[in-house]
Amino acid sequence: MYRYDEIDQKLVDERVAQFRDQTKRFLAGKLSEDEFRALRLRNGLYIQRYAPMLRIAIPYGLLSTKQLRKLADITRKYDRGYGHFSTRQNLQLNWPKLERVPDILAELATVQMHAIQTSGNSFRNITTDHFAGVARDEIVDSFVWCEVIRQWSTFHPEFSYLPRKFKFAVNGSKADRAAVAVHDIGLHAVKDEKGEVGFRVLVGGGLGRTPAIGFVIREFLPWRHLLTYSEAILRVYNRYGRRDNIHKARIKILVKERGPEKFREEVDAEWAHLKDGPATLVPEEIARIEGRFTRPNYFRLPATDSGLDAALATNRAFANWHKRNVHPHKKAGYAAVTLSLKQTGIPPGDVTVEQMEKIADLADRYSFGELRVSHEQNLIFADVQLSDLHSLWQEVKALGFATPNVGLLTNIICCPGGDFCSLANAKSIPVAEAIQQRFDDLDYLHDIGEIDVNISGCMNACGHHHVGHIGILGVDKSGEEWYQIEVGGNQGEVRSGRGASLGKVIGPSFARAEIPDVIEKLIEYYLTRRDSDAERFIDVVHRIGVEAFKESVYGNADQRAAHRRGQLASA
Amino acid sequence: MATLIKERRIAADSWHLLERGAKGELPEVPARGDVIVPLALWLERREVLLAYPGKLGIWLDANEGPEAIAGDVRRFPLIAVNFPKFGDGRGYSIARLLRERHGFKGELRAIGDVLHDHLFFMEQCGFDAFALREDQDGQAALSVFNTFGDSYQPSVLRPVPLFRRRLAAGKS
Repeated sequence: MYRYDEIDQKLVDERVAQFRDQTKRFLAGKLSEDEFRALRLRNGLYIQRYAPMLRIAIPYGLLSTKQLRKLADITRKYDRGYGHFSTRQNLQLNWPKLERVPDILAELATVQMHAIQTSGNSFRNITTDHFAGVARDEIVDSFVWCEVIRQWSTFHPEFSYLPRKFKFAVNGSKADRAAVAVHDIGLHAVKDEKGEVGFRVLVGGGLGRTPAIGFVIREFLPWRHLLTYSEAILRVYNRYGRRDNIHKARIKILVKERGPEKFREEVDAEWAHLKDGPATLVPEEIARIEGRFTRPNYFRLPATDSGLDAALATNRAFANWHKRNVHPHKKAGYAAVTLSLKQTGIPPGDVTVEQMEKIADLADRYSFGELRVSHEQNLIFADVQLSDLHSLWQEVKALGFATPNVGLLTNIICCPGGDFCSLANAKSIPVAEAIQQRFDDLDYLHDIGEIDVNISGCMNACGHHHVGHIGILGVDKSGEEWYQIEVGGNQGEVRSGRGASLGKVIGPSFARAEIPDVIEKLIEYYLTRRDSDAERFIDVVHRIGVEAFKESVYGNADQRAAHRRGQLASA
Repeated sequence: MATLIKERRIAADSWHLLERGAKGELPEVPARGDVIVPLALWLERREVLLAYPGKLGIWLDANEGPEAIAGDVRRFPLIAVNFPKFGDGRGYSIARLLRERHGFKGELRAIGDVLHDHLFFMEQCGFDAFALREDQDGQAALSVFNTFGDSYQPSVLRPVPLFRRRLAAGKS
């Protein structure tokens, strides 16, 4: 954890006082709905379909058990006993009362937390790889850089009223587990031939209704220029990004309208004035931030554990879980563990207060009192001893968080959808549930192998459907809920050689009840076409093309034409 | 009458803001008095305006930039920047550019949809005068400048970013 110093704490406390005053003025009728809206959104407060929704920031997904217990307290006291971990690594509460939100923020501030800029047209929570600091393929510890950017982007006086929201993602390892290509700015740490750390900078990626893969505006930006260069990008965006149409206001549209080369020139021209200015980072500052992070006090352990090996050899259920939910660690004798929040029948990402408290107890006992929220809406214990894995598994299993499905079909990313969200065209949680029920045979799931299925209830794409290997999008057709299927999306270069891509819609949409059948057809077709177990669904899509998958669902062109004629004849 | 806050106090306003007419036509310049003219008028009648007997200020709209008056910035005792809507943040960049890049030292005034809750950031970006929207309570707004005791970023008010000041404090 990054521990606040006095100034960090004071800023958060001052924010609480500011919002308390704003809420008071709103309730007294001195602020219009419209004016208050812009202010409350900056504190994560939405007015939703049934009640307000409060989005609490979990900067880069990192959480201490003390914080998690406070979140449980708050959820119990001000909400209905459960929270929802979002794809932006935040926690959302769905039922808090407007007039009590300042009190919630004050409670959060006591554990160095807040809801600053979790919504509104400003910088949002910075997301990163949930294996930051422990990954074997680490280049830098991305948490440190996320904190550098968090400070720079918090209450930025010039960039607090951007044309639209702005999302940074930072990836510090070789594999991209932060989906940097689908963010407004994506930073991928790299080292040059001299070993100096820098960032490959991508701009203009994003999901939503106009999905786009970011373009590489700079192959290598030396780390000390990170803030001045970001400032140059943001200034060009703040001045010239469109403000006439909310749907065209993201930076990706400006990049597209200008053209990447022209956009790069403008940024460079702006940067020429800012480069080497006072915001240029210095090694002492990086060291200071690094030093304010608590670090696990690792034991020196052997690289293997005989007790673990014996349990794996004899207990198939444990071995399945180990295969999917346990991940390699850079320290010998340790592993990272995913607690799956994707149990069938439970909305993805939902956790009750009792579960939060039990998870906090487990993290204290097994993982140095810290945990992470992943953008796939699971929880990670990053530092577990190999010799503890078996007993941790038993405890996690008892809580319902041991579904051995990380990376598999039932590990669905899903937005809250029409059950909770006023923007949604369609429900998403029941769709996830129906798919999870259809694919409930674990052996079959493991046989299918790695695949990302993502569901969004509307084109705002909170469920990241564009980058699901299979993406499902809720659409509204004359008041009815229908679902479009996309195939071929990929969130980023998790494995080398397969970069980020956007899915393609395969054809007309389906009724909700048909979705499990459609997914099953796609999966069965994939199984007939793969070369081996090692060739994943997405690899086959890229090898043979989307058209073949489309035919597996709708039939070939002749069959489709015959079907249409039949429909016309019967009409 | 809208309240003017200048250097964190409520102040009298001697300036007369000239706006375009309903059809976009350029305003007439009065015979005397202190006037703030729109950029387009300045660009069109620069020579005439240079001989204006009163004080001459200029105002930029959110889609206009300081680049257009780069060589003339120091001639103006006052530059105003318009906020067409409180959520339109372009004026913050314009202000910083005027102060930091073009060396403007005179009065930098925020005009238009200028609200209580926006003054803090505006001041950070270099505004020192605020013509509040009609309905705003000027007296209440004076407290807003103390909302936050510090800020992480370099700004016109604090050109040295917090991290450098932290390091300097740590060394001393």
